[in-house]
Amino acid sequence: MDDLYREVIIEHYKNPGFRGELDPHDISFEDENPLCGDHIRIDLRVNENEVVTEAAFSGHGCAISQASADLLLEFIIGKTLDEIRQLTKDDLLELLGIELGPVRLKCALLSLKVLKAGVYGLGEASDSLVEGD
Amino acid sequence: MNPLDIEAIRKDFPILQREIHPGKQLVYLDSAATAQKPTRVIEAMDRYYRWSNANIHRGVHVLAEEATMLYEDARRNVAGFIGARDAREIIFTRNTTEAINLVAYSWGRANLQAGDVIILTEMEHHSNLVPWQMLAQERQVRLEFIPVTDDGLLDMEEYQKLLMLAPKLVAFTQMSNVLGTINPAGEIIRLAHDAGAITLVDGAQSVPHIPVNVVDLDVDFLAFSAHKMCGPMGSGVLYGKTALLEKMPPFLGGGDMIRKVMLRSYAPNSIPHKFEAGTPAVAEAVGLSAAVDYLNSIGMDAIAAHEHEIVSYALEQLNQIPGVRILGPDADRKGGVVSFTLDIAHPHDVAQILYRHGIAVRAGHHCAMPLHDRYQIPATTRASFYIYSTREEVDHLVQGLEQVKAIFG
Repeated sequence: MDDLYREVIIEHYKNPGFRGELDPHDISFEDENPLCGDHIRIDLRVNENEVVTEAAFSGHGCAISQASADLLLEFIIGKTLDEIRQLTKDDLLELLGIELGPVRLKCALLSLKVLKAGVYGLGEASDSLVEGD
Repeated sequence: MNPLDIEAIRKDFPILQREIHPGKQLVYLDSAATAQKPTRVIEAMDRYYRWSNANIHRGVHVLAEEATMLYEDARRNVAGFIGARDAREIIFTRNTTEAINLVAYSWGRANLQAGDVIILTEMEHHSNLVPWQMLAQERQVRLEFIPVTDDGLLDMEEYQKLLMLAPKLVAFTQMSNVLGTINPAGEIIRLAHDAGAITLVDGAQSVPHIPVNVVDLDVDFLAFSAHKMCGPMGSGVLYGKTALLEKMPPFLGGGDMIRKVMLRSYAPNSIPHKFEAGTPAVAEAVGLSAAVDYLNSIGMDAIAAHEHEIVSYALEQLNQIPGVRILGPDADRKGGVVSFTLDIAHPHDVAQILYRHGIAVRAGHHCAMPLHDRYQIPATTRASFYIYSTREEVDHLVQGLEQVKAIFG
């Protein structure tokens, strides 16, 4: 019954591969979920073809928000900024492989919202960034 | 004092019988957010709507008379519960937040000018912060804060220094909804009066859990909510001293708060009606009155003693779990609230895993973000207790935390 905390989530939470900060970076953005205070910053380095070569996240929050950030960054290495712009919440949920209620969905989606706001160069990580079609 | 018959008390609360997961009964440890409701409160409100419902005041038919009587009886009952001498000192509001806003708008705007000082504390709920921040922005009023010590108490020495600023108002919580700290309200009020200030007590957490007497405290305003004391949501109370209330301008305008209305002007009603514009929440007042009867039938001293026993046991048990850090003072200076962090798991994950074991707790900043900033933590998990809480439920909490550790360890 602890599907939400299946091993892959706990593993990415406890031993994240992409935790840290990149300095210098090409893209950096941070925001928080005001409801629970989860905070995520994402830094990216991209090459001349707009392909992500390096990524890192920092911040604090629950296992879902932090593991989701780590899984997401692992996924986008080698992807183009255009491909990142196409990502939706369904893509992220597929990466996580868990069902989430409305409250915890916000935890999971924070990293994707921060990533897309950074890539689009927006001032705010709004919900509309992660909606599907 | 005889210990409470908890088994009998638990039977009064239908929701406590609910199975949350197959074979797992609800363990409700979230009473600081809202208390559960005994059958007699639910039935009193049901009976009101089935038998007596009408709009109050001025109706001549029997329903209107009954509804008016029930509403005003509720006011007298609430007055008696907090030791107020005069039922006119009881104003019905929607909740604690609205009661505090009423004082900020009405008393604050009539009495405060640029440069005046209001003293608050670092442990306030947002409901006793934001109304004053709004007033401060509008009127250039200065806000000062009594600091909280590392062990969760108000720094009374710093308070005495702040009083030298000749504040107009000292507004503070009698019991912290995060730390559980029961503040020395009588002393804080006496010192404030000596310095020429009036006082407002946020009683949202204290009135449901410990005996509170407004005359003994000599408090000027007391705000609290029905829903945290076994009554319904949507009903709250502002107590105010007659002399203050009579001089205050109305809060909201509309029906019931007027004596007379002309096209271009009005004459306000007398207290308490002056502050109760529009059709009030009559059924909710009836429910609150039934909750008062229920709490009186058990006795506030017995309730406080029971919660002291449960919180002492909870602190003893939780302190034995490595990695648990509990905020706030020891059991002797604390009500039935235990907020804590666990080193290896975030409060939301803790709460989520506890819920899988049927245990309802709260995780987050509990509407006290500045207090969490003070302790440099983003969030805590909070377990809170009431008359129906048991030692066995504390044991469930401890077992649940062991599960959290097994998953995250």
